[in-house]
Amino acid sequence: MSHNFQKDISGCGLIGIINKDRTRISGSFVTKSLCLMRDRGNGLGAGYAAYGVYPKYKDLYAFHIMYDEPSAQRDTEEYLKKNYYIEKKEPMPTAPVEGIKIHPILYRYFVKPLSEKAERESAELEDDDFVVKTVMKINSEIDGAYVFSSGKDMAVFKGVGMPGEIARFFRIDEYEGYIWTGHTRFPTNTPGWWGGAHPFTLLDWSIVHNGEISSYGINKRYLEMYGYKLTLLTDTEVVAYLFDLLVRRHGLDVLTACTALAAPFWKNVDTMHDEEKEAMTALRVIYGSALLNGPFSILFGHKNGLVGFNDRIKLRPLVAATKGKTVYMASEESAIREICPSPEKIWSPRAGEPVIVELES
Amino acid sequence: MFRSLVLPEFLAKIDQVKCIRCKRCIQNCGWSVYSWSGDKVLIDTFKCVKCLRCYHYCPEEAIAILDNPVRYRNNANWGFYNIRNIKKQAETGGIPLTGMGSDMPYPVLFDSLLIDACQVTNPSIDPLREPMELRTYLGKKPAKLEFEKGKDGKQKLKTKMPPQIKLEMPFIFAPMSYGSISLNAQKTLAIAAKELGIVMNTGEGGLHEDIYPYRDNIIVQVASGRFGVNPDYLNAGVGVEIKIGQGAKPGIGGHLPGEKIPLDVAKTRMIPIGTDALSPAPQHDIYSIEDLRQLIFAIKEATDYAKPVSVKIAAVHNVAAIASGIVRAGADIVYIDGFRGGTGAAPSIIRDHLGIPIEHAIAAVDDRLRQEGIRNEASIIAAGGIRSSADAAKVIALGADAVALGTSALITMGCTVCGKCYTGNCSWGITTQKPELTVRLDPEVYSERLINMIHAWSHELKEILGALGINAVESLRGSRERLRGVGLDAQTLDILGIKPAGR
Ligand code: SF4
Ligand code: SF4
Repeated sequence: MSHNFQKDISGCGLIGIINKDRTRISGSFVTKSLCLMRDRGNGLGAGYAAYGVYPKYKDLYAFHIMYDEPSAQRDTEEYLKKNYYIEKKEPMPTAPVEGIKIHPILYRYFVKPLSEKAERESAELEDDDFVVKTVMKINSEIDGAYVFSSGKDMAVFKGVGMPGEIARFFRIDEYEGYIWTGHTRFPTNTPGWWGGAHPFTLLDWSIVHNGEISSYGINKRYLEMYGYKLTLLTDTEVVAYLFDLLVRRHGLDVLTACTALAAPFWKNVDTMHDEEKEAMTALRVIYGSALLNGPFSILFGHKNGLVGFNDRIKLRPLVAATKGKTVYMASEESAIREICPSPEKIWSPRAGEPVIVELES
Repeated sequence: MFRSLVLPEFLAKIDQVKCIRCKRCIQNCGWSVYSWSGDKVLIDTFKCVKCLRCYHYCPEEAIAILDNPVRYRNNANWGFYNIRNIKKQAETGGIPLTGMGSDMPYPVLFDSLLIDACQVTNPSIDPLREPMELRTYLGKKPAKLEFEKGKDGKQKLKTKMPPQIKLEMPFIFAPMSYGSISLNAQKTLAIAAKELGIVMNTGEGGLHEDIYPYRDNIIVQVASGRFGVNPDYLNAGVGVEIKIGQGAKPGIGGHLPGEKIPLDVAKTRMIPIGTDALSPAPQHDIYSIEDLRQLIFAIKEATDYAKPVSVKIAAVHNVAAIASGIVRAGADIVYIDGFRGGTGAAPSIIRDHLGIPIEHAIAAVDDRLRQEGIRNEASIIAAGGIRSSADAAKVIALGADAVALGTSALITMGCTVCGKCYTGNCSWGITTQKPELTVRLDPEVYSERLINMIHAWSHELKEILGALGINAVESLRGSRERLRGVGLDAQTLDILGIKPAGR
């Protein structure tokens, strides 16, 4: 299959849950909430990301890979064997679901780059960079293979189907994690490709996204300058890679990265005091090509927390709520109340103002 | 007397019934087309250039300037101007000169590009209700920023930002020197630039003391003639530009005849009155990219590394590699002038046949700098035939940071693009040094018009951004995904990095 389908245009529903004290909860909560937002999906894509689900293998990269053909699997595994120590390889555990008649071949691998760096390609790279390179290589060069999860102690499950179907198919109620995100899709075109569903990930970054990135064209070209290969032609992919670039490679903290991606307006910058103004101006000037423009609400999961944020004029909904050590974020209040009927606090974050929640250490 | 066999281009006519003999046409015409016979106005139509000054100033609408209906016999190969130029050369033995950008019918790629708009899935934005940002910074951008935690726990910027030129909108005025244009024309540009929060460029003629007060809105230029260059001059603006070439006359120098060097121009250029001001074809200390690097850093030293240094080149076949070299040589801005760019004077053979269009050039340069991972190292200015805000939006989407406007700015001062700037007779007082002509151009009055026009373009640009569903110009910049080509061949689409309409 060619992954070169038309640009992804869709309306969507989002949910995110984080337990700051790292209490693990089952995926069934997320599914319940997601299933409520029926109008926001049409069965053409749903998915989940979960953190803290592979404690036994927490120092290894968990690769989830989908293959269209056995030959793609053969080529991919040949490459992996040459470059990685593979602790475990197994088919993704799935259950038969009536609505899901066809699906790609699904495997997961717990791996780490060969420590004898000389044995592998691009020996000069650090492990994370090497994994990024591997993901880019498999996704863009091996026809019919697609890595949809590549982080440590985290997992992505996604495919074409209603959120309930995808959850049952991947048996996500059997996984327990301390951060969960979920996504249901309403694409206006029908690529019908499993890789096109959300979340999009790279390493332990995961993105679920409602909206359209109207600045996709320049965001993509900006990322390409740093060696990212944007193969999916969906705008959500750029968000995952932008976080990888800004936070992991450029070393910005999450708030600063969010501020670069949904930057304050000049009229606000102009009224800031000198030092802040200088920093904000620099941020916009340097990261102008990374500015995410267009309507969006995004949930961004990473190994230390969960971030929700909106575009600069809030053209898509986002609601947040807290109860005890748990923070919820969703497209609709009802989706939160479905699993947390009486939150202590519930609010709509303002345009461009991120909600940043970190795990307690 | 030998009568010229060069056919006049235009036929100036006066309706003798309507004419009230006020003689305003005689006063207004810079080219002496009209004279007084004693009882009526006589016309020497051979001199008419169709600048239309007389038409606008005739109180009775008695004047008509027609294209001369007498043409050489129609011939698809031997056009009017082919024959006319040969006749002219037969009479003079000289190189026919011309002004303004090329008027040859080469395809204008801008007219084959269409911009995207939002429907349903991504909402368009109403610029009258929502903020719409055009602010642009020119200069070198570090690839990344570093922050450190301050005492209050807040993030503090650690990276030292290189100098930037702040523009409130992505427009600048193209370099036009005092000498090629009048001081009043330069003042008009300076007043407007200040009011608009953008910059004008002195061109290569030095900086007249009347323009010094506009220092926050000036880029000073250093060209091969080095006119008026001294340390004060280099520090007089917000940036310095090294001029290597010009779109209308790539590879050739300039020649401002002695008649156009009165005292004031001579003082500003720091040359004797009445001498020809010669700009050599190359800069005599730049014969290679290393030499350019030395000049760039000499200027940076002279300006204490406080001002971005721009390098202006003509768009030629190999422009991408040249631009890459310029960026690596240390330039903070690369100014690229397409072959349709304007000029005060150029041989028409050069203007009409050398160089490449700005559309191809910007696409190629932006691509190359990205491939080499150095696009952030310099800003790109596109110039050469930008006729409207739509052209500006398209060239920004192809990759330009800002757009330079020359001809369009002069049009607001009355210019009708007659193309006779090299004669020094401009009836509108723009490209002339004759005091009786320059006095017509009141900077206070005409800067209003120029400001109006740039405001109008800015509003249009905001409407375009709104339709695209974005609220900052940086989201359009280089976003070729939002352009489609109509009727372009596959290779051109590939060069521009855009899809055909329908894809
Ligand atoms: S300006 Fe008009 S009315 Fe006056 S003399 Fe000339 S043609 Fe006649
Ligand atoms: S500046 Fe004057 S001479 Fe030059 S084209 Fe415009 S009107 Fe004609």
